[in-house]
Amino acid sequence: MWARTVCLGFRASAGALRGFTSKADPQGSGRVTAELVEHLERLALVDFGSQEAVARLEKAIAFADRLRAVDTDGVEPMDSVLEDRCLYLRSDSVVEGNCAEELLQNSHRVVEEYFVAPPGNISWSKLDEKGPNSAE
Amino acid sequence: MAAPMLRWCCPGRRWAFSRIGDGSRHEKRFPAGSASSGKRGHSSVAQQPFITAQKPRKGDHEWAAVVGLEIHAQIASNSKLFSGSQVHFAAPPNSLVSFFDASLPGTLPVLNRRCVEAAVMTGLALGCHINRKSLFDRKHYFYADLPAGYQITQQRLPIAVNGELAYSVCVGKKPAWVATRTVRVKQIQLEQDSGKSLHDDPRARTLVDLNRAGVGLLEVVLEPDMCCGEEAATAVRELQLILQALGTSQASMAEGQLRVDANISVHHPGEPLGVRTEVKNLNSARFLAKAIDYEIQRQINELENGGEILNETRSFDYKLGCTVPMRDKEGKQDYRFMPEPNLPPLLLYDSGSLPAGVDPQQVINIDQLRERLPELPSVTREKLVRQYGVLPEHSVALLNEVGLLEFFQNVMKETRAEPKKVTSWVLNTFLGFLKQRNLAVSESPVTPAALAELLDLLDRKAISSSAAKKVFAELWRGEGKTPAQIVAEKKLELMHDQEALEQLCRATLEAHTGVVTDLKKGNPRAINKLIGLVRKATLGRADPAVIKEVLERQLSS
Repeated sequence: MWARTVCLGFRASAGALRGFTSKADPQGSGRVTAELVEHLERLALVDFGSQEAVARLEKAIAFADRLRAVDTDGVEPMDSVLEDRCLYLRSDSVVEGNCAEELLQNSHRVVEEYFVAPPGNISWSKLDEKGPNSAE
Repeated sequence: MAAPMLRWCCPGRRWAFSRIGDGSRHEKRFPAGSASSGKRGHSSVAQQPFITAQKPRKGDHEWAAVVGLEIHAQIASNSKLFSGSQVHFAAPPNSLVSFFDASLPGTLPVLNRRCVEAAVMTGLALGCHINRKSLFDRKHYFYADLPAGYQITQQRLPIAVNGELAYSVCVGKKPAWVATRTVRVKQIQLEQDSGKSLHDDPRARTLVDLNRAGVGLLEVVLEPDMCCGEEAATAVRELQLILQALGTSQASMAEGQLRVDANISVHHPGEPLGVRTEVKNLNSARFLAKAIDYEIQRQINELENGGEILNETRSFDYKLGCTVPMRDKEGKQDYRFMPEPNLPPLLLYDSGSLPAGVDPQQVINIDQLRERLPELPSVTREKLVRQYGVLPEHSVALLNEVGLLEFFQNVMKETRAEPKKVTSWVLNTFLGFLKQRNLAVSESPVTPAALAELLDLLDRKAISSSAAKKVFAELWRGEGKTPAQIVAEKKLELMHDQEALEQLCRATLEAHTGVVTDLKKGNPRAINKLIGLVRKATLGRADPAVIKEVLERQLSS
């Protein structure tokens, strides 16, 4: 039975936490600019496609913003419902691996037991032609 | 224009920041209204208007460089950080990959206990504060060798913070003395390694091997307390020795187990820090200092020519010997850090806080690990100085080669010769032979026992110093003969027959009256000629000091 761990003062600062959520919204207007859309599309390789998608995103942000109505001063943020669980420590033995053939079956292209990927990083311009999530 | 000079503040030369002539230089770079044309812009360092009547000086300006390091060390463990696949250097592609490493859906990370212990031990060795609670995060970016699209790391709350790494630099040549520098350790964190990409540019494709994906890494972040390539290289070397002594990493740069990224900027002393660049791909011990110094000089040249430094990522091109911008890393990276939802916080304990009745396999006791820490290199060096009177710079050299310290200690155990003699023979003669033939200590044909015996012969004055060198060369041929045997075979024993020596000296004096007259006229170096002649006559078997004494006695009578 684990006693609840006493907070030892290592609080994530409010500023750092907000960094996770508010890139969209420095002034609190909930507007998603075209520049931001392009930035997100490049980072996450998703396709916003249409103005409706952007509008939907803005609604989602507005919905989440309602959290700010709650006063969270002095409350340590919870990042996981597992926070009271014990982190299991595995002993250092080799029990997996040796399944190259199986893994390579998942790949569209294979060369001599290597996975094949496009050169350099995933090209942004290619995505425009072929749509998102295409591997080549 | 004279090449702008960087005043190296290492080894150990701290320069005085007292020059005020620099101010005039800045006036040239002010925008709008500046008389100088052709300047592309001004440095991003905040300009402070200097009022000085001095004429602008060309070249010869003082710059200070600031170097910080991010060092990734592969943890020496059997299995990976979050999965049970093997950690091994060379293996068929993708054979050491588990379903989790390949980021197949439905797999979860399970933390390896050994990796946590390695991180704690390293933190303790570097005097860090060990965070009793640390957290895991995801760092997102897309690259073919990162199958999950994110790396699990510890960005918010790493396992260890606020430590110190001490290293020694040699100050001056004669007399050489050793100064200790320290660099602050900002933090140590656990993170995953990525797979390996082999770029096949002619066929416009990249081949990916995930054997390395998921291997545990210790990232050691050193604050920008270093000022040049040599300090950085020395700090990295010391960290290597510490990791190897602890056994937490083999830290071989050649095998990719230790990788270094440098953050470099330059500024005028007394002014705010300049824009920094990050130099990646510093994976060779030989080129680490060179690459950093090149980048420092490049930044100085750029700023001296009125250009500006971009906050960019560069790579060191070994063939060209220069840093080049990295194509893929243009523009700021947004890693979108988020907490790793599949891992609860990592809790560590000490003897006082250990919870009762828990499986010992599931808890890590920091105090226990502290007790089990092996001897650190700095302590070993100190012991050498105390126990044997070895000079500090020699203690550094003894620890710098794998197996050399043990060799030295084995020789010391079996010989009656003085430590100074032993040190000199081990570091100069023995190491010289090894380096010439590119051999490791373990491959030496000369055993510690053989060298010990040789040094005993020398100590007893059974042979001369030059004879000993001949014996050593003979021993190196590895024919199994002992030093005593070689001395007997080659008749290298020192002549002890005083009568015979006196006769030889007298004969030499008679045969070379010209030299004798020269000596009597007052030329002191003539005696050396006579000594040389006698030595030749004795076939090198007489001690020059004794010859000198006999000759002088005979000449004065």
